[in-house]
Amino acid sequence: MARIAGVDIPREKRIEIALTYIFGVGRTLSNRILSEAGINPNTRTNALSEEEVAKIREILERNHKVEGDLRKEVSINIKRLMDIGCYRGLRHRKSLPVRGQRTRTNSRTRKGPRKTSMKRK
Amino acid sequence: MARSLSKGPYLEEKLAKKADEAKETKGSRVIKTWSRRSTIIPDFVGLTFAVHNGKKFIPIFVTEEMVGHKLGEFSPTRTFHGHSGDRKAKVVKKKE
Repeated sequence: MARIAGVDIPREKRIEIALTYIFGVGRTLSNRILSEAGINPNTRTNALSEEEVAKIREILERNHKVEGDLRKEVSINIKRLMDIGCYRGLRHRKSLPVRGQRTRTNSRTRKGPRKTSMKRK
Repeated sequence: MARSLSKGPYLEEKLAKKADEAKETKGSRVIKTWSRRSTIIPDFVGLTFAVHNGKKFIPIFVTEEMVGHKLGEFSPTRTFHGHSGDRKAKVVKKKE
């Protein structure tokens, strides 16, 4: 059982993919870590030796911010925007798209499910 | 795309001059400006700007955290008072 960066225990997948189950690790970073550790990205997670897992863990902890710390940093950044009252902060407060997208239609991810008006009744 | 570092932050020169003057006179005076596109530089901390939003001047007290943003980001140009039917819709929903 491989346990890296807290609770993530991805098994029976190629290690390249398994690492991306960690918040803050994508394919690029995953590959970079593996090449630094000298591990073939195609090996299955449960086929890794203890030393290899330890190596991955060590590289991650030394150079990269993942999981809780990263989440905290992101939310602090957003909070900062909201506190200084700049445009981006205002958009976050209203939970509307921040980067200038249209809101006449779409942007349902930010706005949540449609609130239908009562006129039709 | 971010601005090239070699150029330094963009800043209207007139505004920089005004800010310098205000700093010297320990100015509690507000600096009126239309230059929404100017970057807030560390020297501006503690000054108050009145930034035009197209209609009126919005007073902005610059704090340390605002450094690096543009003045215009703090002076919203649009007002939204909600849709006309909004209040009613909510009331009806609650009754059901």
